[in-house]
Amino acid sequence: MSSGGKGKAAMKRDKKDEEASGNIYANLDKTSVLQEARAFNETPINARKCSLILTKLLYIISQGEQIGRTEATEAFFAVTKLWQSKDANLRRLVYIVVKDLSTISDDVIIVTSSLTKDMTGREDIYRPAAIRALCRITDTGMLQTIERYMKQAIVDRNGAVASAALVSSTHLMKKSAEVVRRWANEVQESVSSDNHMVQYHALGLLYHIRVNDRLAVNKLVQKFSKNSLKSPYAICYLIRIAARLLEEDDQADSAIFTFIESCLRHKSEMVVYEAASAIVSLPNITASELSPAITVLQLFCSSPKAALRFAAVRTLNKVSIKHPNSVMSCNVDLEKLISDSNRSIATLAITTLLKTGRECTVEKLMTQISGFVNEISDEFKIVVVDAIRSLCGRYPKKHTVMLPFLAKMLRNDGSYDYKKAIVDTVIAIIEENPEAKGTGLAYLCEFIEDCEHETLSTRVLHLLGREAPRTNNPSSYIRYIYNRVILEKSKVRAAAVTALAKFGAQCVDLRESIKVLLKRCLLDSDDEVRDRATFYLNMLTTAPPTVISNFLLDGLQVSPSGLERAVLEYLRGNSFASPFDLKVVPVTSQPLSQPQKRVPTIDEALEAPKPAKKEPYAEKLAAIPDFAALGPLFKSSPRTALTESVAEYTVHLIKHTFANSVVLEFDCKNTLNDQLLLDVSIEVEDPEQEWTPRLSIPIQKLPYGEAQSSYIVLDFPDSGSISGTLAATLKFKVMDVDPTTGEPDSEDTYDDTYVLEEVDIAVSDSVQGFSKTSFNPAWDALTDETEREETFQLSSVSSIPEAVKKISEILGLAPCERSDRVPEGKTQHTTFLSGIFRGGFEVLAKATVAIDPHDNSINMNILIRSAEQVVVDLVVSAIV
Amino acid sequence: MLGFFRSFYCTNDTTCEEDSPNIYYQKESTSQRVIQEADSKVEPYNMGNFDNDPTSLYSVKGIVILDQDGNRVIGKYFDHAAFGTTKEQKAFEKSMFQKTSRNSSAEILLLDGVTCIYRSNVDLYMYVLGSSRENELILESVLNCLYDAISTVLRKNVEKKALVDAMDTCILILDEICDEGIIMETDPQAVVQRCALKGDEVMFSDQSFSQVGMSFIESANKQFKWSLLK
Repeated sequence: MSSGGKGKAAMKRDKKDEEASGNIYANLDKTSVLQEARAFNETPINARKCSLILTKLLYIISQGEQIGRTEATEAFFAVTKLWQSKDANLRRLVYIVVKDLSTISDDVIIVTSSLTKDMTGREDIYRPAAIRALCRITDTGMLQTIERYMKQAIVDRNGAVASAALVSSTHLMKKSAEVVRRWANEVQESVSSDNHMVQYHALGLLYHIRVNDRLAVNKLVQKFSKNSLKSPYAICYLIRIAARLLEEDDQADSAIFTFIESCLRHKSEMVVYEAASAIVSLPNITASELSPAITVLQLFCSSPKAALRFAAVRTLNKVSIKHPNSVMSCNVDLEKLISDSNRSIATLAITTLLKTGRECTVEKLMTQISGFVNEISDEFKIVVVDAIRSLCGRYPKKHTVMLPFLAKMLRNDGSYDYKKAIVDTVIAIIEENPEAKGTGLAYLCEFIEDCEHETLSTRVLHLLGREAPRTNNPSSYIRYIYNRVILEKSKVRAAAVTALAKFGAQCVDLRESIKVLLKRCLLDSDDEVRDRATFYLNMLTTAPPTVISNFLLDGLQVSPSGLERAVLEYLRGNSFASPFDLKVVPVTSQPLSQPQKRVPTIDEALEAPKPAKKEPYAEKLAAIPDFAALGPLFKSSPRTALTESVAEYTVHLIKHTFANSVVLEFDCKNTLNDQLLLDVSIEVEDPEQEWTPRLSIPIQKLPYGEAQSSYIVLDFPDSGSISGTLAATLKFKVMDVDPTTGEPDSEDTYDDTYVLEEVDIAVSDSVQGFSKTSFNPAWDALTDETEREETFQLSSVSSIPEAVKKISEILGLAPCERSDRVPEGKTQHTTFLSGIFRGGFEVLAKATVAIDPHDNSINMNILIRSAEQVVVDLVVSAIV
Repeated sequence: MLGFFRSFYCTNDTTCEEDSPNIYYQKESTSQRVIQEADSKVEPYNMGNFDNDPTSLYSVKGIVILDQDGNRVIGKYFDHAAFGTTKEQKAFEKSMFQKTSRNSSAEILLLDGVTCIYRSNVDLYMYVLGSSRENELILESVLNCLYDAISTVLRKNVEKKALVDAMDTCILILDEICDEGIIMETDPQAVVQRCALKGDEVMFSDQSFSQVGMSFIESANKQFKWSLLK
């Protein structure tokens, strides 16, 4: 702490000094500095004064000041005058200014000749800096004129010159790779330089020159792995190349691995760590190959150097995802690190331990954590909470330990993010583990009694409305919810009213009391709360069960952008005689607002969440005028291949279903560089003569390497069939072209065809699955008049989860209430499926799968209901 | 019909759950603005591949020296993808300083996927930033070189006042250590030698004993005068 005291003393002195002499850089202003730069034009040059001005200029650039193009160019031209000075310090600053201004100033190439002169001059102190500045301002054309000097510089005996040339060449690889490749011999020569950094830079550049030639890279690794390298940086780099070779090649030379392993015994810690970290990240590594690396990392865990401890723990943390058992031997060392003064190290140690911890050690670990959890920052606590969450996923039985622990953390003070992480975790545990539901909900109820964050309250209330009515004793939760209606702000009150209504909708015996409570809300001061109460009260009193289940329990299952477009079209149509029909809006399997999954901080920091795709095809199709009459898009199938991936022409199929037609989109790609395809179309033929193409849109021109789409429109046949198998052939005219230029050799063309795989149109193309949050009320709302029951044996699958997945795929229905999760070891399981049939008809199904313990055969009984008999029959036709 | 539809929409409390649609759109517009900013920015000279390619030579994302208030004294960023704008840089420095100034013994920190290795002395905080895949020990060697080189130039007097007085040399040191993210040199002696020093800035180790003694007496004299003036 003495440094802190010293710091304060220094600060005092500093302030005094600044008052007296003033920190010249403290309040610099861009205009005045540029103004001062005019002094560069004076003769003779005052080196000291000019150095100071240049430093000021560099200082304001390093502070992030933006300099305009004109200003920069003006300053740049002034700076060029300074070449007349012989002052070394000034000259060195000039090179840096040239580099910094090179991107923002015009005509920087005017200094080329001055720099070339310095680069080849006798002053060793100028040469490296001149090379770096010159390579920064040069372009491919100019580079050829200095090529000779660059080659000389690369093999120069002065390490600084060689390094500067090599590093600059590495930068140049991006824009003038062809020229730099010609210097390979010189680069190779300098790998054996005595200077450590030159070795490193030369090896790096050599690898980038050879990177596309696998054989050459192999040779390179073999050559230099035989102890010719002295620089630890170069060896680290060689390990990286070797590791990449092993990653990319399954049958890689075993000598490469031996080399990496031998580096574990190198005298430099840097190399040892690099080797260990390379070994643990290799794919398909065995436990015995892993153990020496783990031992090294374990040793590093007790190093006095924080960077080394950090590196070791971070690597162990990474390994623990794939090979938790191998890391277990380090658990004792990791436990010591929990109390490390460096927070990053302690966090990594905790998360690693939580990943490798066995079920029996969980309690011990939790006591350890609770010992220090109050002393750490919120940010760190969130990491701990995330780790607990992943542990709960692995050992669901341990919720009896975890939930009270989380509840205790929830009671303590903390920021919103911290509380949110805990609530997220509790909700995740409840959702994943039905056994924990009762306890978890009780803790959350207690939490909202005294919660200062509205968002979290509404979240918990929403969850209560969804989950609590299905528990054994729903009435016990109503008190907590109604308390919110009395005590909270309007936003929370509104959410509480909705939650109450959900109880009323699902628990018929509680409905009367709920109505009483809702009536009290009618006099609320807030519009939204009153509106909701009135709406729900009305629904609960008068609406039939179907309407209640549709409108109270299930959210709006439409795609937001689709809804926006449909409403817009309706308003533009200006004919309000017919009401807006929600059925024309495309449905989506994703809920209207999806809670973001928060990524646990440390371990998955690199994996950015991908944004959900929204109606990727709707816009593309809407741009084609022929499809305007088809109505809104109902569903697009996943992209499937109709050819081998290595075929001359590759074709992928996407099926778009509309109300009365199917559009087949064929993504065609030409992979032959000596052919230009013209009039590319696809011919489909139905052997049963039911499906006939109404319209075909060919591709006019398909050059090499491009992918374009051809379309076919099929109407659903009058016979009522909704499935079929069609033979498909690619038809086109070929024009031979020159592979390098793409210019046609002659105007002659010839016809050709290419047979594709068959196109299947299935029942699932007419069904859009979406998962209902409460299945049973919706099921009961549909009468059993239209019900169909089928029982059959499944021969193609061997396990219950597989059967559940298959049936939902075949029918195109989505599983509800997470009923697709099959508990392990069960011999019988019922899945609830739901979806919408083309035209807006709801389809529900209950599928019971059972496995026969004697012969492991799988039987399935399925019940399907819908409002329309025809729809049920059509869906059943998919499986029988 | 539309009126009914509105209240129907409101029943869906999932909208209150995390992001109400309004907030969602706001978010989108900020991201658009960021993209526009990035577009209007001057195209940086060289975009090194810092994070994805393990065989990239570009390993240092930035070198920064902050003072005791978290203000930048000198700084240079090389990863234009992660630290493209001054705003992003300042924001990162702020959160980095908050996390490191309180616990100055820690030496290393992982922040937003960036490994920050640091060292502090009196009123200066020196940081070397690298990708989280980079070998921490390599980054540490860069930091040690930076510290030792500056310490030699400032004659072991590593504090803000001295550094500001030798600003030009410190800029040269930074330039000698790292070029656009590629490590140039990690030997402090070599770095100091390559920076063209002014005549009076001779290295401590090269001074003869009498010179050291002289300068010591001189500084003691100054100190004495200073105490009299107080």
